[in-house]
Amino acid sequence: MPLYTLEAGQVVEGIKNREFSAEEYISQLLGRIEKVEPKVNAFVTLNKEEGLNRARMLDKKIRDGEQSGPLAGVALSIKDNICTKGMKTTCASKMLESYIPAYDATVIKRLMSAGAIIIGKANLDEFAMGSTTEFSRHGPTRNPWDISRVSGGSSGGSAASVAALECTASLGSDTGGSVRCPASFCSVVGLKPTYGLVSRFGLVSYANSLEQIGPVGRTVSDVVSILNVIAGSDENDHTTINSNKPTYSLQERKGFRAGLVMEFTEGADPGVSKMIYNAADTLEKQGCKCEEVSLPSVQYALASYYTIATAEASSNLARYDNIRYGFDMNPEGYEWNSYFAKARSNFGEEAKRRIIVGSYVLSSGYYGKYYLKAHQVRSLLKHEMETLFKRYDVLIGPTMPILPFKIGERIDDPLKMYLVDIDTVVANLTGMPAISVPAGFADGLPVGLQIMADQFAEQTMLDIAYLFEQAAKVQRSPEL
Amino acid sequence: MATTTKIGLEIHCQLTGAKSKLFCRCSSDYRGKAPNANICPICAGLPGTLPLLNQKTVEFAAMITLALGCKFPDDIAFYRKNYFYPDLPKNFQLTQYNAYSITSIGVDGKLEYGNGKDARIRRVQLEEDPGRLVYASGSMDTSVYVLIDYNRAGMPLVEIVTEPDFADPKDVRMFLDKITSIIEHLGVCDTKLEGSVRCDANVSIDGGNKVEIKNISSFADVEKALRYEITRQRTMASREIQVRSETRHWDDARKVTKESRTKEEEQDYRYFPEPDIPMVLLGSEFVSFIRQSMPELPDTRKERFMSKYGLSAHIAQVLIGNKELADFFESTLMIYLSPKEIANWIVTDLMSFVDERQKKEEDKQHLLFAGLKVGPEHIADLARLVDQETINRATAKQILGQIVRTGEMPSALAKKMHASRIDDASVLAQAVQSVFQMEQAAVHDARRNANVANFLLGKVMKITKGTADPKIALEMIQKKLKED
Repeated sequence: MPLYTLEAGQVVEGIKNREFSAEEYISQLLGRIEKVEPKVNAFVTLNKEEGLNRARMLDKKIRDGEQSGPLAGVALSIKDNICTKGMKTTCASKMLESYIPAYDATVIKRLMSAGAIIIGKANLDEFAMGSTTEFSRHGPTRNPWDISRVSGGSSGGSAASVAALECTASLGSDTGGSVRCPASFCSVVGLKPTYGLVSRFGLVSYANSLEQIGPVGRTVSDVVSILNVIAGSDENDHTTINSNKPTYSLQERKGFRAGLVMEFTEGADPGVSKMIYNAADTLEKQGCKCEEVSLPSVQYALASYYTIATAEASSNLARYDNIRYGFDMNPEGYEWNSYFAKARSNFGEEAKRRIIVGSYVLSSGYYGKYYLKAHQVRSLLKHEMETLFKRYDVLIGPTMPILPFKIGERIDDPLKMYLVDIDTVVANLTGMPAISVPAGFADGLPVGLQIMADQFAEQTMLDIAYLFEQAAKVQRSPEL
Repeated sequence: MATTTKIGLEIHCQLTGAKSKLFCRCSSDYRGKAPNANICPICAGLPGTLPLLNQKTVEFAAMITLALGCKFPDDIAFYRKNYFYPDLPKNFQLTQYNAYSITSIGVDGKLEYGNGKDARIRRVQLEEDPGRLVYASGSMDTSVYVLIDYNRAGMPLVEIVTEPDFADPKDVRMFLDKITSIIEHLGVCDTKLEGSVRCDANVSIDGGNKVEIKNISSFADVEKALRYEITRQRTMASREIQVRSETRHWDDARKVTKESRTKEEEQDYRYFPEPDIPMVLLGSEFVSFIRQSMPELPDTRKERFMSKYGLSAHIAQVLIGNKELADFFESTLMIYLSPKEIANWIVTDLMSFVDERQKKEEDKQHLLFAGLKVGPEHIADLARLVDQETINRATAKQILGQIVRTGEMPSALAKKMHASRIDDASVLAQAVQSVFQMEQAAVHDARRNANVANFLLGKVMKITKGTADPKIALEMIQKKLKED
């Protein structure tokens, strides 16, 4: 079996016990990337030389008997909206096409000191705005299970690179489902942590109050190993929760109570809901109690999400005026206002759309009508969820209401595109954790099971995800 | 025709005492540094950075809030004020906003500023300073490009907004003096640093449209700008021209307010709460902590000067009006405790040596006594000499006049002067003697006609080349006329 198929735990052990070297592992991965990347297009930037150098240094450390770290040799693709010092971070945008950050995001620092190796920067929708990775300056990332279909998004590059065995695992960011959606579409595991569990310092902001960085892996266990390294308070992000660094483990636990959210199953494609009911059966066989529950306010969730997300985005993207960083554009003949306007016309269509919508909902006189109301929905949803979590350990349902669709199929219909986020935005609006685990296939295409839990109840959520994963035994990687 | 004038103020003071910027760890001491040397990814607004609220600035703003008699909300929050301008690294400014709920640190205060007058304070809030635009050829009109220096970007500012409670520019001046003294006493702002305190004003007369005046570079100019603007509006009213609601800029060189070159249209700032800064809970514990840790305010200090040291209200007011004076006074008392004597020496005599230029605000970068070579030890020494009647007050004044230039101790100078006075006396006696010998006829006349003594005095003055004290010389002449 080639090395690039190994799980994170196997990689760490293998390198530590000198069954193979980190250099061998990284070289094999680079070979794999060379082979499948033309089909998948998961990467924006590859970190070949530096990655190999890091691997050699790690091998030397191990030979010298030094400590190698809990993620020693684990090769990660990093979504290209997470800042990596000295390595381009483009956000798949013209506005940052040559931007090289002067600092590492907190998560990057933590992963590096745990021995992880960054193998490249992963493709995404421009500034993480999208659900398919089609809105990228670098072209769409294709679904490894069917390269005529979308990978999901916006962390499409992350999920596809993991599914296509181009890396051990990945980091994505999830503002309205951007980790879970592509994880579901690519049949891998993707986790959005509780808001405040993982530092956002170094994550290029799209919608600050909603987003979290989250791990993507081929197994629940891989996702846990990464979460354990990146979770915990950060002095550079005042929205991280001030508590002791949490450590998660995988336990064989049974007897969970799960609520199956009927609004989610009812709204899904028949093929998808069938897989979700199957998943519920699987959990029942494992001793879980599954009941249908209702989340009435979910009907307002999308409107609330797109109001808050675009409002925050319109302000976050204001700094891209091409003065401090950006692309070559001769200022001669412009005064600053017209220069800003000209430079900013280089945002992609979807980013522009969200800037306009966001500016509108914040404009004078509309704040109460839209932004404030959106926040009321947020409180309402949170209240409904909290009530349910008194009776259930987790809420389950499909991650995506539909199967991966063809590239280009929805790109011209923004509303239809936004609708696919219906099941994922709830976790972002309420700040609660959620995970997508592969549930199986419908018409040969992946379906993801979403498991949501109460704030900081990651351990319970992971236990059930693990239980399901072990029982369901879903095929992990596609033929490419 | 009587007119009513309404003036309101918007004061910005940099919290230079906070040591670091409002949302990052960069130094607040940005002046004199190479352009863009005092920045970090956060204050330069690089993608992915998050604001980290500087706790010290909240404490400082809370002190100002208390000093201005404002009320605290239970918690404070920050808002984004969105607008595009090249001096804003993020193209929004982090500030506070009270339209939806009270989020600024202080509201509804009142400050008594003299002669029993007071002004209501609408709000006190924390916000960030933008960067600095440097025009290539000095002005916006003539420059083909502009340089941006972000060293100042993110400096903590406290904005103090008053209700339009002033009618007279002189009152505004008194109010600003009081604000200066308060923030100096609190140690939150070094008002001597250029641009550390700024003031915009708004003026309306007879309930007419409000005109905002911006770009007033110093507190001293506020009074001038207001006088100009009031006259302008009155002149327009007398010609029955309606005053437009507008923003005018103070032209420092021509001393006039002028229409803004760029028409400032009604901006929509699209305010919304900053998601990256969690709400800060204040609470009674915080407020009592601030109350306890707060330095003495000028009003309390004035009362203490009056009750403990028996100073008059006037003298005490002069001292606390400038923290440097009050501190100088108290340092002197530590050496020699003679409060009234010392206060008089400082307020009346020492102040007379301060350069006129420095008394005005134009040259506020320097300390008041910067050019003088005296310290508290000198004044203590001088007061002691006078108290012990070693020297009389007139001599003491003469001594002070010298030591402000030389830095010599008064007691040392007094000793020397005593010795030289003896020398002077013998020289003078000799001069009188020789005049009496040369002018025997006049001496003769003088014995009968007292006025002729003045002729002799003239001769003595001539011989001594004018160095003799005429009073003493005349006494000597008259004495000698009687003797012989």
